[in-house]
Amino acid sequence: MLKSKLIERLTDKLRQVSVADIEQSINLIISTMSESLSAGDRIEIRDFGSFNLHYRAPRNAHNPKTGKRLMTTPKYRPHFKPGKALRERVNSQVKKAEM
Amino acid sequence: MVLTKLELSRKLIKAIPTLGRNEATLLVEEFFEEIRLALENGEDVKLAGFGNFELRDKKQRPGRNPKTGEVIPVSARRVVTFHPSQKLKTKIIENNEQSN
Repeated sequence: MLKSKLIERLTDKLRQVSVADIEQSINLIISTMSESLSAGDRIEIRDFGSFNLHYRAPRNAHNPKTGKRLMTTPKYRPHFKPGKALRERVNSQVKKAEM
Repeated sequence: MVLTKLELSRKLIKAIPTLGRNEATLLVEEFFEEIRLALENGEDVKLAGFGNFELRDKKQRPGRNPKTGEVIPVSARRVVTFHPSQKLKTKIIENNEQSN
């Protein structure tokens, strides 16, 4: 499902809200989440999951093309931890197929 | 600070004058619900500029009860993984360099 499909599904579901408002809202939700993570803030959505930053320490590495040794820069990477409800729902179809 | 659904709906109300409080709350809730539904139905979700939620099928593997050391199988399962987009990764790195 791409963002365009998500907007389409929400438009079908929420007839009382205009398409323009839905489109603007989805874009704003996504950009707000990006901004928060970039500012170092966590995101916590109950029954969906949480996003936070994981630190990546500098390490010795090399350029596989040139073989040149280098040190990576320390950095933060976003990390998502699925919430309980999401974990269970995603797995529910697999469980059903087993029974 | 922690970003929550409440904070997201506040942002929507502020930015979109035609959006009422109930509509904003509903939109935030349904945004995450649509992602959950897609994943539940076996669809990957790709949000351009943010990242992708992908499904992985894990095979059964031996596990252990950490308390007793007893070997018990971890059942086969489907899990969600998140892969941040290059845009998000770069943005986070750049913002951190500025603050250092």
